[in-house]
Amino acid sequence: MFILLGSLILLFILAPLLGMFLKTSPQSLFETAKDKEVTSSIWLTIWTSMAATTLFALAAIPLAYLLARKNFPLKKLVTGIIDLPVVIPHSAAGIAILGFVSRDTVLGKMGSSIGLNFIGNPAGIAVAMAFVSIPYLINAARDGFAGVPERTEKAALTLGATPARVFFTISLPLAWRNVVSGLILMFARGMSEFGAVIVVAYHPMITPVLIYERFGSFGLKYARPVSVLFILISLALFITLRWLAKEKNSEIANSEIRNY
Amino acid sequence: MIELRNISKRFSDFCLKNISFSVGQGDYFILLGESGAGKSMLLETIAGLVHPESGSLIMEGIDITHQKIQKRKIGLVFQDHAVFPHMTVYQNIAYSLHGRKFSLKEKKERVSRVAEQLSISNLLERRPSTLSGGELQRVALARTLIQQPKLLLLDEPLASLDSRIKSDLRSQLRKIHRQGQTILHVTHDYEEALSLGNRIAVIHNGVIIQEGTPEEVFRNPKSEFVAHFVGARNFFSAQLTAATDNCIALVEKTISVRLIQPDTGPDGYILIRSEDIILSNDPFDSSATNNFEGTITEIIPGIRGTDVVADIGIRLHALITDESLNRLELREGKQIWLHFKATAVKFIPA
Repeated sequence: MFILLGSLILLFILAPLLGMFLKTSPQSLFETAKDKEVTSSIWLTIWTSMAATTLFALAAIPLAYLLARKNFPLKKLVTGIIDLPVVIPHSAAGIAILGFVSRDTVLGKMGSSIGLNFIGNPAGIAVAMAFVSIPYLINAARDGFAGVPERTEKAALTLGATPARVFFTISLPLAWRNVVSGLILMFARGMSEFGAVIVVAYHPMITPVLIYERFGSFGLKYARPVSVLFILISLALFITLRWLAKEKNSEIANSEIRNY
Repeated sequence: MIELRNISKRFSDFCLKNISFSVGQGDYFILLGESGAGKSMLLETIAGLVHPESGSLIMEGIDITHQKIQKRKIGLVFQDHAVFPHMTVYQNIAYSLHGRKFSLKEKKERVSRVAEQLSISNLLERRPSTLSGGELQRVALARTLIQQPKLLLLDEPLASLDSRIKSDLRSQLRKIHRQGQTILHVTHDYEEALSLGNRIAVIHNGVIIQEGTPEEVFRNPKSEFVAHFVGARNFFSAQLTAATDNCIALVEKTISVRLIQPDTGPDGYILIRSEDIILSNDPFDSSATNNFEGTITEIIPGIRGTDVVADIGIRLHALITDESLNRLELREGKQIWLHFKATAVKFIPA
């Protein structure tokens, strides 16, 4: 019975995707891949999401560590705030970000003083992507750090290591698997974002916006090959990233936690 | 060497209260207490991982209460060893040599020296996940000793090991101590305390309740808790009955035992060390004033000798050698005489 229900769910996920793949002829896919507008939009999507993930990780990973290790007043509130982007409608998130980075705000003015304009700019896209995807990184990394036995950190401290060295040689390597999976999740979530991005920057067009625009202007038939191409490229990217992470991790994973 | 002055610290479920004691240069100091008595927290306080709320730590005349961990030159080995799982044994041992002015060659020399000392030279390239509990504890010791700490703190280092490895590691610790290392070792095992320590402090509910040489603590336990805890098996409630010179105590309301008149009374406990009880097949005349006939109910072989339990109305433990056991042809159910002197009976007022 459970197997049957489970299969139905799997079918529910796979059927529309398969249908879309089957309805797309290889020829149209090939032509789409040569379309300059499509390829440049896919590149834009990949690099903005990657930039957003890398940049925001620099602060998000230390925050995740704090959340895993320290107790401070209003910690529950902080945890709730971090989950906020997941639960609010992304178009609303986009509106909020737009109000935050537009030209007449403090951040907007700071940006324009160094020649950076967030509206209709990859920088704005990256901010919108980061806003909706950062909870995935923080939560995964926090779980990873929480799984590192505190005694190993204490032992490193008594061996003369500075707190920074403890973090980089003990905590981070032992939590690495979760951190990487958080990074991949954040990157993936950023790439697939539509709602927040379209409000902040319709142009330049990231692929989810392009798909929507093709659908709106030309219809289903024209939106379909772009969708299929984007899904294929995303899948290839994530499988590669997971595989790379696994390779790098196998060494650590072999010895990890089993001792504890 | 190191002196604790009125260290107090409150934790969520217990607290340390005015802990004061000092460990001399070259001492093997044992802190004996049940688990949950605050021993580990006290060690972490000395190491600098936890800061006390009041009191001070003096090391070689200098107040180190607020000194950074990295500057203290105090090594700490945890019960669960806390060997870094993502590094090889070599990397674990060499961890503290980072950033100092050591050439690669010197680093290697130092690691191999300490590895040899702890007989783990053959394990240097191994991953911690492939090592046994005893090997991991040796790696943890090597990793700490390589820093040449002035004070070595050991938190139940033998607790999770089986008995043969335990005794190996014990003699290893004795060797390290003989080479001049000052050690502060916490344990709940009084045999470990006896076999290793030259000074013992007993901690209970976050308070040090007795401190002294092993002889002082084990021969003259100051309180009921210590007497119980140090493993005294012949430990009974007793009431003193009036007498002139020597005193008589009614033990467990069943038998009367002669003892030296204590200062206080009349209710309390008596303690007879099992080593002080003499067994014989027939009664004989001697200076021992306590002579009882009883039945052997149990014979328990142990590390320090054989424990013979005899029922004389109360169950008394006598510790004898295997040689005596065979010579007297002792077995369960046999009638036997027990003799002990009045001075062997220690009275603890309740």
